[in-house]
Amino acid sequence: MLSAVVLHALAALAVASGVLVFVVDSMARATFSLLTSLLCVAGVVIGLGLDYLGVVTVLMMTIEMAVMAVFMIMYMMNPAGLMPMTMVHNTRGSAVLCGLLFVLLVTGVLLIPWPEPRGRPPRDATRELGMSLMGPQMLTMMTLGMALFATIVSGVVLAVRGGRYDRRGDGLDAGREPGPSRGDVGG
Amino acid sequence: MSLQAVMVLAAALLCTGLFGVLTQQSVVMLMMGLELMLGGVVATAAGTWHHLAPDRADGQVIVLVAVTAMALEMAIGFAVVTALFREREVDVTDRAAELKE
Repeated sequence: MLSAVVLHALAALAVASGVLVFVVDSMARATFSLLTSLLCVAGVVIGLGLDYLGVVTVLMMTIEMAVMAVFMIMYMMNPAGLMPMTMVHNTRGSAVLCGLLFVLLVTGVLLIPWPEPRGRPPRDATRELGMSLMGPQMLTMMTLGMALFATIVSGVVLAVRGGRYDRRGDGLDAGREPGPSRGDVGG
Repeated sequence: MSLQAVMVLAAALLCTGLFGVLTQQSVVMLMMGLELMLGGVVATAAGTWHHLAPDRADGQVIVLVAVTAMALEMAIGFAVVTALFREREVDVTDRAAELKE
C-alpha cells in the first residue's frame, strides 16, 4: 500500500518536473527539472522490480545531465536565468497537437483489454537479464555495442576540427597553413 | 502501480517531451524534450515487463536499449551542434534550415 502511494507520487513528480523543464526560464533549472523527472522514472522502474536497470538509469541520467549542463553553458545565452527570455515557436499548435495525442493515448490505455499476466517475476530479475543478454538476446547486445562504438567514432569525427590531411592535402605537402599546436607535421 | 497508471505516466512524459521538441528553438532544449520522450519509453517497457510478461527478460532488454538510445542521442546531438556551431555559429533550429531550401 505504502509502496503504491510512493510510486504514484513519483509518477506525479516525474510529470510535474517534466512540464517544468519547458516552463522555467533558467536553463540550469530546466536541466535539474529534467534530472528530477528522469530520476523519478528510474524510481518507478525500481518500484516495478527492476532494481539493476533503475540504478543504471539513475547513474546514467545524473552524468548525462551534468554533461548537458556544460553544453548548456557553452551554447545557451542564458545559463543562469538572469535575463528571462523565451526561445519557442508554434506554441499553440504544438500544445493542441500534444494535448490531442495525450487524450488519444490515455483513451487507448484505458479501453484496450490488456492480456492477463503470463508467468511470475523471477527471483532475481538482474540474473535473468544477464542470462538473456548473453544468450538469446546476444544479437541485441552486440548491436548495442556496435552502435556505441559507431557513436564514439562519429562523435569525434563531427566534433573535431579538420585534421592535418584537410590542411595539407593527401600527401601532406600542399599549403603551409600551420597546425593548431606545435609539433604538427610541417610545423 | 497498475499497468494503466504506468502507461498514463509514459503517455504524459511522451506528450510533454513532444511539446518541447516541437516548440523549443534551442537545440539543447530540443534534446531535453527527446530525453523526456525516451523516459516515457523506459517507463512503458518496465511496466509491460512487470505486468504482462515477467517470466521473460524481453521487457528488461527494451529498457536497456532505450537507456542506450538516450546516451547515444545526447552524444551525437552535441557533436552535431558542435559541428554546426563551428561551421556557421548557429545554435537554434530555425537558422539551421539548409535542407529546407
